[in-house]
Amino acid sequence: MKQKTTIEIVDQIDVSQVYGELSHPHSGGVCVFVGSVREFTQNEQVMALEFETYKAMALKEMAKIADAASQKWTLNRVVLRHAIGKKEVGEPVVVVGASSAHRDACFEACRFLIDTLKERVPIWKKEIFKNKSVWVSATP
Amino acid sequence: MEVLLFGIAKDIVGKPSFRFEGEDAPPSSVSELKKRMKAAFPELERLSSLAVAVNSEYAEDGQSLKQGDEIALIPPVSGG
Repeated sequence: MKQKTTIEIVDQIDVSQVYGELSHPHSGGVCVFVGSVREFTQNEQVMALEFETYKAMALKEMAKIADAASQKWTLNRVVLRHAIGKKEVGEPVVVVGASSAHRDACFEACRFLIDTLKERVPIWKKEIFKNKSVWVSATP
Repeated sequence: MEVLLFGIAKDIVGKPSFRFEGEDAPPSSVSELKKRMKAAFPELERLSSLAVAVNSEYAEDGQSLKQGDEIALIPPVSGG
């Protein structure tokens, strides 16, 4: 049987994988968020993003988020997957999702998963511009 | 006592980990660790926030540190 929760930090994300991981005979709805590399930040052109993580802690925090979502909503499957390393414009960097009997629960859970991941999970993103690179959100 | 460093904290210190060694006792609490790291590397003061993880869990300022704990500085996270 498939695991209820899939938590991963990977080098490369394959977005076609997630439907199979979230589909479930008791689910009538599957909701997925994919975050990808955007070319412009405040009108500056981004060449690439580079992600690094404190992996042991990140996996723990991601598992806690999945647990918290499963407490708040009745979910059949949950996925949290983040990529690390250098990512070019357009590449997927994070995919989270949930499936549930009806759509309300998975829509709400999906938003919670990505918002909480961005708040708590020890992953850091560096924006690489033509002539400089900047750790995102590091300074006020 | 070794402190793991990531993201901008790693760049500020200039290496992926920092070791308290020599005659001074290592910091005994999370708040003392932060204070001593900031004293040694004033640029850490410029960060929007600075958290500490002990054994890969977020730790409160009052938490004590002991030999053998896995300790990490957590600058503002920016995943997603």
